[in-house]
Amino acid sequence: MTILGLIIVLSTGALLIYATVDFPAWADPASPASLHLSPHFIERTMEETSVPNIVTAVLADYRGYDTMYETTVIFSAGVACFILLRILLREEPGESLYRHVLTGVTIRVKEGAKIPPSADFERIDTLWAPHDLIIKTMCRLLIPFIQLFALYVIAHGHHSPGGGFQGGVILGASIILLAISHDLRTSVQRMREKVDALLSATGVFIYAGTGALCLLLGLNFLDYSALASVLHVDPVTARSHGILIVEIGVGIAVMATMIWIYSNVSSTGKYDEGL
Amino acid sequence: MGDLIEIVVAKYNYWIYITLMMIGLYAMIVKNNLVKKIVGMNIFQTAIILYYVSTGAKRGATIPILEHGHDGHAHVIHAADYINPLPHVLMLTAIVVSVATLGVALALAIRIYHRYNTLEEDEILAQIREK
Repeated sequence: MTILGLIIVLSTGALLIYATVDFPAWADPASPASLHLSPHFIERTMEETSVPNIVTAVLADYRGYDTMYETTVIFSAGVACFILLRILLREEPGESLYRHVLTGVTIRVKEGAKIPPSADFERIDTLWAPHDLIIKTMCRLLIPFIQLFALYVIAHGHHSPGGGFQGGVILGASIILLAISHDLRTSVQRMREKVDALLSATGVFIYAGTGALCLLLGLNFLDYSALASVLHVDPVTARSHGILIVEIGVGIAVMATMIWIYSNVSSTGKYDEGL
Repeated sequence: MGDLIEIVVAKYNYWIYITLMMIGLYAMIVKNNLVKKIVGMNIFQTAIILYYVSTGAKRGATIPILEHGHDGHAHVIHAADYINPLPHVLMLTAIVVSVATLGVALALAIRIYHRYNTLEEDEILAQIREK
């Protein structure tokens, strides 16, 4: 099997390297990819959408359908992880352990029983290991700034590198950092599973809803210039605002789905301490 | 000799992506462990992302964010001054989608591990044949 695989891989690689003879040279300004569609995007984006960042304009306006379904793909991936690990793989909880935070005494609670909720006890797993105070404190200090930066990346995506996907991933990463530095229960307390699911659906809904609103206002699906009458601006600025609305939807969907996938995969759907 | 160096300089980026891609393909075909196959799949995706982004490069051009003043003064825009934005757009979404598909692949691997207590492909196949 190894030798067969090696032969397949080497012959495919040799064929592909032979094919590079016909490829345009590195950074060639006259390569076919830069000749047909991209000059139109570069030269017309400013007057058609008033967004200086061409990547954002192409992402959310010219290729709006593509991005909408990419968002749907991410949402479906989140739902798939949820169904695979949370619904089909449900295990009955046995007895649970609680640790008294001040003294470190661990108590064992029988199946089905619960202790009254109080700040003195925290739920732990059998493989519990204490977390490092320095790491916990540093992450606690860093997370608000990471989230602030993520909001900046989303909001400033029109004028600088950024946008919904990037900002959403940074927002999701801040919550995942909380889950890694503390434990998964802490992060789930901040953002419950239902909130994750609802937010990732909301993000896709904002995107598709903006498109449908354009349809209702009498223009094509995702033609944001229809929003001009609602936003009281000229059609070109309306496109810029439409892109921002859609990017916010993408950001919400990406953030919630990243957290959702992480908490499902890292705890195999049990939502315990996680990694 | 000069020609050879010119070819290498013009095309070596493609060779790097093809090498990376073949490493990923090799891992997907030959490796026995499912997690190693998933890692191979990710290396393959990364090679394709690098390839796309490199097709957007243009000599003497800058990032695809148009220069603009606050007074709304429009500069004259030449397509040769900005790199091709299209591959960046395509790969921007592909990166996030690859993370999402990685999540689904890992979830499937977890399910398989719960069912067969192993992630080695030959052991899983042997268990399936026994039934």
